[in-house]
Amino acid sequence: MNLTGIPLLSIIIFLPLAAGLIILALPAERKGWIKSLAAAAGAIDLALALLLYFGYDRASAGYQFIERIPWVPQLGISYHVGVDGFSLPMVLLGALVVLCGALVSWNVDDRPREFFSFLMFLGTSILGVFASLDLFQLFFFFEIAVFPKYLMIVLWGYPRTRNYGGMKLTIYLFVGSMMALFGVLVIYFRAGMHSFDLLMLEQAGFAPELQRWLFPFMFLGFAILGGIFPFHSWAPDGHVAAPTAVSMLLAGVEMKVGAFAALRAGIMLLPEGAHYWQTAILILATVNVVYGALIALVQTDFKYVIGFSSVSHMGLVLIGMATLTGTGLVGAGMQMFSHGIMTALFFAIVGMVYDRAHTRELSALGGLAKKMPLAAFGFIIGGLVSMGMPGFSGFTAEFPVFVGAWQVAPWSAIIGVLGVIVTAGYILLVTRRVFFGDLPPALEKVAGITRKDGFVILLLCALMVLLGIFPNVLAELVRSGVSHILALTGGS
Amino acid sequence: MTWLTNHLVSLILFTPLLAALILLLIPERRAGALRWVALAGSLVPLGLALFAWSRFDSTSAAWQLTEQVPWYISLNASYHVGVDGISLTLVLLTVTLMPLAILTSFTITERVRTYMVLFMILETAMLGVFVALDLLLFFVFWEVGLVPMYFLIAQWGGKNRNYASLKFILFTMGGSLGLLLATQMMGMLTGSFDLVELGSRWLALTQASLFGLPLATVRAIAFWAFVIAFAVKVPVWPFHTWLPDAHTEAPTAGSMILAGVLLKLGAYGFIRLVLPLFPVEAKAFAPWLAALAVAAVVLGALGAWGQSDFKRLVAYSSINHMGFVVLAVAAAGAAVGTPDAHIALNGAVLQMVAHGLSSAGMFFLVGAIYERTHTRDLNELGGLYARLPAYGSVLTFIAMASLGLPGLAGFAAEFQIVRGVWPVFMLATLIALVGLFFTGAYILKALKLTLHGPLAERWQSLSDLSVREIIIVSPLMALSLWIGIWPAGIMNLFNLTVAALF
Repeated sequence: MNLTGIPLLSIIIFLPLAAGLIILALPAERKGWIKSLAAAAGAIDLALALLLYFGYDRASAGYQFIERIPWVPQLGISYHVGVDGFSLPMVLLGALVVLCGALVSWNVDDRPREFFSFLMFLGTSILGVFASLDLFQLFFFFEIAVFPKYLMIVLWGYPRTRNYGGMKLTIYLFVGSMMALFGVLVIYFRAGMHSFDLLMLEQAGFAPELQRWLFPFMFLGFAILGGIFPFHSWAPDGHVAAPTAVSMLLAGVEMKVGAFAALRAGIMLLPEGAHYWQTAILILATVNVVYGALIALVQTDFKYVIGFSSVSHMGLVLIGMATLTGTGLVGAGMQMFSHGIMTALFFAIVGMVYDRAHTRELSALGGLAKKMPLAAFGFIIGGLVSMGMPGFSGFTAEFPVFVGAWQVAPWSAIIGVLGVIVTAGYILLVTRRVFFGDLPPALEKVAGITRKDGFVILLLCALMVLLGIFPNVLAELVRSGVSHILALTGGS
Repeated sequence: MTWLTNHLVSLILFTPLLAALILLLIPERRAGALRWVALAGSLVPLGLALFAWSRFDSTSAAWQLTEQVPWYISLNASYHVGVDGISLTLVLLTVTLMPLAILTSFTITERVRTYMVLFMILETAMLGVFVALDLLLFFVFWEVGLVPMYFLIAQWGGKNRNYASLKFILFTMGGSLGLLLATQMMGMLTGSFDLVELGSRWLALTQASLFGLPLATVRAIAFWAFVIAFAVKVPVWPFHTWLPDAHTEAPTAGSMILAGVLLKLGAYGFIRLVLPLFPVEAKAFAPWLAALAVAAVVLGALGAWGQSDFKRLVAYSSINHMGFVVLAVAAAGAAVGTPDAHIALNGAVLQMVAHGLSSAGMFFLVGAIYERTHTRDLNELGGLYARLPAYGSVLTFIAMASLGLPGLAGFAAEFQIVRGVWPVFMLATLIALVGLFFTGAYILKALKLTLHGPLAERWQSLSDLSVREIIIVSPLMALSLWIGIWPAGIMNLFNLTVAALF
């Protein structure tokens, strides 16, 4: 199929925005239309992203589907998008989670018009970051997400903590953004190219001293959204306070936006800085893995368990990136995708349980496999992914991360793998407490899950098994993107 | 036909998985259909494995029926499978025990579909370990097998199943962490996971920089990482404590497969990976390994002797019998290249088969009596021979096989092990022989307390073995007798491979 001439990426990025605007214009009582439109936008986006996947020429690799329009030429800012093997899977992930988020939100009846339109806006901002080839534009899309995120948490979130969680998340991310903005400006001026074009800035060859002191601003500024220790604590509070679909997008995709931007704008623009700070990042990321898992183990709230598990798993992404090795980076890309769908599935299921049981206290739950067998099945599959069980995507993602870590920092592989056994512990305990054992009398009348919920569960599970058994369908694509990163950072 | 022979190993490997998918399409209420499909799904691999045996050239020690396709290109790992004499023997053991376990499970009435699906996945995972020729693939199958067994214990187990299942999976996963780390490290150092390539490059390494440690230390650490992973599975004392709990709580068929096949995965790991990849360390640390093995033999026997729970007694007997396998491995490591090593390892492989048959039989018979009496307490049983003559005779036969009575498989195996180990570790052999004395003691204790003595009033109306149960147990008895009388029948299959390796 000839895809030239069709601005495929722009359509993917702005379709949710357009759908969101149309939804706002619809009459508020047309709830069915609103939801269907949101789901349709997600589905079309996913279909188009699949077209990208199959249309991407792996043999020639590099950035493809490029579009470029001058935006603020006086400052050297353009609207410049394109995807390579590393960002394409992220676009796929974003579209997938937007669709799944819309489907599991079918029961949102409180101001659905605003809810679904904000959800769509969030989708556009996420997809925009992944496809950006312009530093200003990347920052623009990165920042614009704050508005739908904050509003959705405080308006539709968990009543008891939504104000705290929403505010905490926003403040953390603002601090990160300020650091990143400072870094972006320094890069712009020091490069002296009068351009924000990432492909040009990559070749700017900044002085090593500059790279070393600037790197923490650029990397941490973005990596805070990736949940890096010790700036991770917004994540569990934010995830728990958010409504289900937003938790899915936050943990499933937004955290990857942070890690992705930290790689794209931090490591790739300042490779010398990345080498200089490598050990420090590895230490923080390893703490992420083990600390996140240990804290998850002692939670009594179902959703907090998953919230902290995300902190733990994002640590593996950051380890993979910080190795600056080919294998480690392939692992990071795989783990971003794998964790994205896994955690989206987890939060979807937590939402299904909470909507029906009206509690997330582990001690008050139990025996739900009898009432919602498919949700139990999905949680078990997600759990196996989470503990890195072979045969599922978690293994094919974590293994290369660890092989990469062995090359540069064996200690982080050894300590990181210990986090895996803790993960197995909390996943098995939570699965048993929520889905097995005796059904408490209060839950006797719990309803089963809907067909849309079931579809989401089966779709995400199928992908996790597919990637576990045939890792090449994604890993080879990621690898083609990694070669570009290695060319900049000088690794193998 | 060429297609069939070219993909024979894959067919054996994935037929159970295919059966699992078919089972998922059958509605839950059609329990009968589910059972028969599962049985068929386990009989097909048996047929295919027998066909593979007929095609197998046992005059060659090379890998046969191999298949290789790229699997994870970024890691340079491939789907590389094949069999040699040792692995084909264990494949045959697995596919023989599986239909019997399924047949045993015909009494399961709760969530039959999930149960059978888990069993089918378990079969593929176990077979995968035996045929994998790629270290990463080996690890994949090694770990995958834990999941169905965990759920079989956790969902269909006895009263204490939650504790037992969690202990089982955390012990075995925890034990595998070292294996996982060592696999990653060796893959990183050699740049390949293919067993043949990895092995030669690993042995040819002249330097490695890990924490600035000398290569010998790195190798020694990796050796122990492998050993612990396999020792937990076998299990070798002091890593055995998960086993009695898991066995006691598992459903009958789960125990049969656990003892019959899963424990062999650990022993297979010793023979397939530890000895070839770490020849120097295996020699240097052989006395340590032998000491642990002897501890397993003696303490396993004493532990079994001290039990009043029939199932726990049989569980401890597995530790006792598998100790001999590890003892043989230790001796082979110490005396590699000598006829003693060859004889000891021949005995080890034969012991795996013999123990697979007898332990599956014992667990089946414990389950059969539990189904009738709902107790496993030996002190409550007794005098059953008079009421259940068929059961009594079968139990006596299988117990004798387990005890190592000449003419049955266990004797042929243990005799060779003792003969092979004797010149290498004489003291260890002597102590192990003392352990063998206690083996006799606990077997006779079990027989006495179940079959002899006065028959309690409440057991007057028990029924004897059904036709289905006799069908399950007959192949085990027949094979045990066949191997006992004519061990060469099966030993010809793996003798040459063992000779070539050691």
